[in-house]
Amino acid sequence: MAAPVDSGYWFPALALGVSFLKCLFINAYHSTDFEVHRNWLAITHSLPVSRWYHENTSEWTLDYPPLFAWFEFGLSHVAQHFDRNMLQVENLNYASPSTVLFQRLSVIFTDVVFIYAARECCRCVQEQKGPRDVLSRPSFVLAVLLLWNFGLLIVDHIHFQYNGFLFGVLLLSVAKHLQSQHLQGALLFAVLLNLKHIYLYVAPAYGIYLLRSYCFSQDNKDGSIRWASFSPLRLLALGSIVVSVCALSFGPFVAMLPQVLSRLFPFKRGLCHAYWAPNIWALYNILDKGLAVLGVRLKLLDEAGLPRASMTGGLVQEFQHSVLPSVSPSVTLVCTLLSILPAVASIWLRPRGARGFLRCLLLCALGSFMFGWHVHEKAILIAILPLSILAVESREDAGIFLVLTTTGHYSLFPLLFTPAEFPIKVSLMLMFTVFSFTALRKLHSGQGSLLRPLEVIYLLGLVVVAIACEVVFPLSPWQQKLPFLPLLATSVYCSAGICYSFLRLYVSLLRRDDKPKQL
Amino acid sequence: MQTWSLVSICVLLGVVVRWGVSLNSYSGAGKPPMFGDYEAQRHWQEVTYNLPLQEWYFNTTDNDLNYWGLDYPPLTAYHSWICAYVAKIINPDWVELHKSRGYESLTHKLFMRTTVLVADLLIYIPAVVFYCLYLTDGSSKKKVSTLLCFLLYPGLILIDYGHFQYNGVSLGFALWGVLALGLGWDVSGSMAFSLALNYKQMELYHALPFFCYLLGKCIKAGPMGRGLFLLVRIAATVLATFALCWLPFLSDPSQALQVVRRIFPVARGLFEDKVANTWCSLNTLIKIRSIMSGDSQLYLSLACTLLAVLPSCFRLLTKPTFWHFKLALVNSSLAFFLFSYQVHEKSILLAALPVCLLLNDLPLIAIWFLQASTFSMLPLFLKDGLLVPYVVTSLAFLFFSLYLLSALDHCSEDELRMGAYNKLLVFLPKLDLACIVRWKFYVSVAVMAVLSIVSVALVPPPHLPDLFPVLVSTTAFLHFFGTFVYFNVVQFSEPPSRKSQKKSN
Repeated sequence: MAAPVDSGYWFPALALGVSFLKCLFINAYHSTDFEVHRNWLAITHSLPVSRWYHENTSEWTLDYPPLFAWFEFGLSHVAQHFDRNMLQVENLNYASPSTVLFQRLSVIFTDVVFIYAARECCRCVQEQKGPRDVLSRPSFVLAVLLLWNFGLLIVDHIHFQYNGFLFGVLLLSVAKHLQSQHLQGALLFAVLLNLKHIYLYVAPAYGIYLLRSYCFSQDNKDGSIRWASFSPLRLLALGSIVVSVCALSFGPFVAMLPQVLSRLFPFKRGLCHAYWAPNIWALYNILDKGLAVLGVRLKLLDEAGLPRASMTGGLVQEFQHSVLPSVSPSVTLVCTLLSILPAVASIWLRPRGARGFLRCLLLCALGSFMFGWHVHEKAILIAILPLSILAVESREDAGIFLVLTTTGHYSLFPLLFTPAEFPIKVSLMLMFTVFSFTALRKLHSGQGSLLRPLEVIYLLGLVVVAIACEVVFPLSPWQQKLPFLPLLATSVYCSAGICYSFLRLYVSLLRRDDKPKQL
Repeated sequence: MQTWSLVSICVLLGVVVRWGVSLNSYSGAGKPPMFGDYEAQRHWQEVTYNLPLQEWYFNTTDNDLNYWGLDYPPLTAYHSWICAYVAKIINPDWVELHKSRGYESLTHKLFMRTTVLVADLLIYIPAVVFYCLYLTDGSSKKKVSTLLCFLLYPGLILIDYGHFQYNGVSLGFALWGVLALGLGWDVSGSMAFSLALNYKQMELYHALPFFCYLLGKCIKAGPMGRGLFLLVRIAATVLATFALCWLPFLSDPSQALQVVRRIFPVARGLFEDKVANTWCSLNTLIKIRSIMSGDSQLYLSLACTLLAVLPSCFRLLTKPTFWHFKLALVNSSLAFFLFSYQVHEKSILLAALPVCLLLNDLPLIAIWFLQASTFSMLPLFLKDGLLVPYVVTSLAFLFFSLYLLSALDHCSEDELRMGAYNKLLVFLPKLDLACIVRWKFYVSVAVMAVLSIVSVALVPPPHLPDLFPVLVSTTAFLHFFGTFVYFNVVQFSEPPSRKSQKKSN
């Protein structure tokens, strides 16, 4: 009997299927990010360019680079056919059905960039020879892991953001590098930086890789740098690409550059978001709190002398730590740079081709997630998505991927706190987890299990934490007294897993020093 | 990949799609004084919880039967009571006698939607999973594809999770009955079907095939001896199930009679609203309702229904195989839908369930009919504000079922079981049946799409205010009638020789 699934069309089927699913979430809960983007549509449509970065009628001021503002400007021209009222700057929190429909559809449509990028990545994956059932091909597994990624679905299509579009540009740039089309990759990354400057975190990886592997066109036999092969022409090409893109983007805003930069880099916000992103600082905070409580109990500290501000209260406050030294933005910057230094140095000294660059990119992303200032938990997606590419090719990466992805996705649960969305997030999470575990196990079968016993115990513990926080806690009497307890538990438990994955990725990068592969 | 993981992914996807649809509006939302089916269900919870059992079906000072009086059999009432019990724990305002009329809130909507999901997860979805895994043939990938398409059938999702009803319970019980009969457990199957009948009286559409199949089996097993013994066991089980469900009402004959009067309201007319059956479509040409008296309308519809349903049932009686049973279910429910009295457009779901059972065997026709059945309810969806879910689920179902089941490739004469058809029309030149069928399918889908768009985008002319619903129901009627004829032809054709023996029992 012929295989029920036509072998050529599985990719469009997956893409169309997930797009239909996204359409069903049009009426789901959306966060304040919805109002943020509506406001930006209004600002870019109704006001002259010179006022874009000065406008502050709404608290959600424009804080993305100019190319994104131009993107919103383009969208606003389509928006006027849906509902003109959403483009009035004064209409704060305007959310008519047409507005919701337009904004949701715009996210679904711009995801076409992500779909294209996923297809390019699937083409870069090394396939094994021999007839293989569609469901166990690496490219199929990668397509599902990317297109049906749980985190992207709930952050973009329920919580509301334009990450699909931006990740599409990032993955496309990575795919271009994997296909050895470095200039296109550089161009795409320059565009990406001007769309959302958070990707500056991974700029060191790009910079060092391109300098080392593109500007120096040849290596010595043992892999070390050959200074003579430096090609100024290539450097010039790269430089001109970056400069021209930035000029195009910032050109009209040159006069008010300080104002733009102050909007882009607001350091007034606190070390952690209201819900602590599961990084090192979450562990630091809990240690501080723990020591404070211990100190008070053991009468070593005076309770009145401790700062009253709570780290978990409010939205974005500055606060002081009680026992351990307080952390300032410059400290986090130094920590981040120190954490990514070994990775960057490693691809300078021993470049491992495009896949080494991808690994370094991952480590830069994770390092800045771990140590950055005011990190959002959504930033974990910058690490999860590119790791999918490595996970379908290598066994070890698949193991790390399973831990990082499951933990990272669970840490996104507090984003959807409404009861109506509870079945959706649980079912989608289960779907993605079941698929990733079974597909990756089938892909890398034959050499024992993918996960170590400790990791299995950790992930089972994650299930316990999930049930406790989502089901047991809301029904218990502590719900009134300590409402932030489940958030605390989630971020602390997840940061353990994410730290662990970070270290394992580092080890896998540095260990490959011994066997340089030409990929 | 292992089957269990694929199955769980399909079930989870089915749940996500259902819950995504449930985020939309429901019937009668914000429309006092009568609201809609959602309020009816809430009202039944109020009535069953607060009033003693003797008053549930009677018109009393506390129970106004004109405001959504109970008109389903006792199992529905018991289910409402259970839901009301839970509702009372969460928020007593929801089922407060009299005061909770027209109660609408986001939390209450969440509660009601959850009751539908829980009922589905307990009854309907397991039945579908077991049916697809154990009673369909093909590779495990084909079974999983069938499962996914079955779970994605838009009509049931939109009615249960959009409009708001509990069809999943009655259809689920009926499906358990079919499943049991397919596996050879006749007694359990008849018990399951009796439960379905006691939940919604419309399951009577499926009653004749169950009866004829079991009777045929008993006769085949030997009218004296094993067959008789089986018949007695089945009859005893059915009677016991009915007795158990009606137990509280049997103490007083007037109670039982009142319940029967409520669930079979013969005082209403031949049809209400626009429904895609013969009488409504005939009414556009000849105004039957004004020509004939109420009684003669009743007798006419009874006669036509019997005439339509008897051939299929006789065939089943003589050849009681599972394949014929499935076909008879389709034919019987379609016959009742097309010719019966007081049919509602939602009753097409009773025909859709048996057609879903044939997704594996006759993919193209099944998909075609299922799409037409969803389309036939379009006016209802528009009234409920469910346009976006309708479009998304219909497109997704159409696309995925055609793709996963390779429906357009399996159109040959043999695969469509049209052997008898060719024998009838032996004098016509040999045509490429596959090509014709495919083109008819494309044209039909195009027509349905155009009518859908037109119903939404255009305003009907003032002298024909019901133009679009009438067009929709007439088109759907033509599809249903064609399907009815087709499945009757298939039932009278030879069963395919390559069917494995385990099917016929």
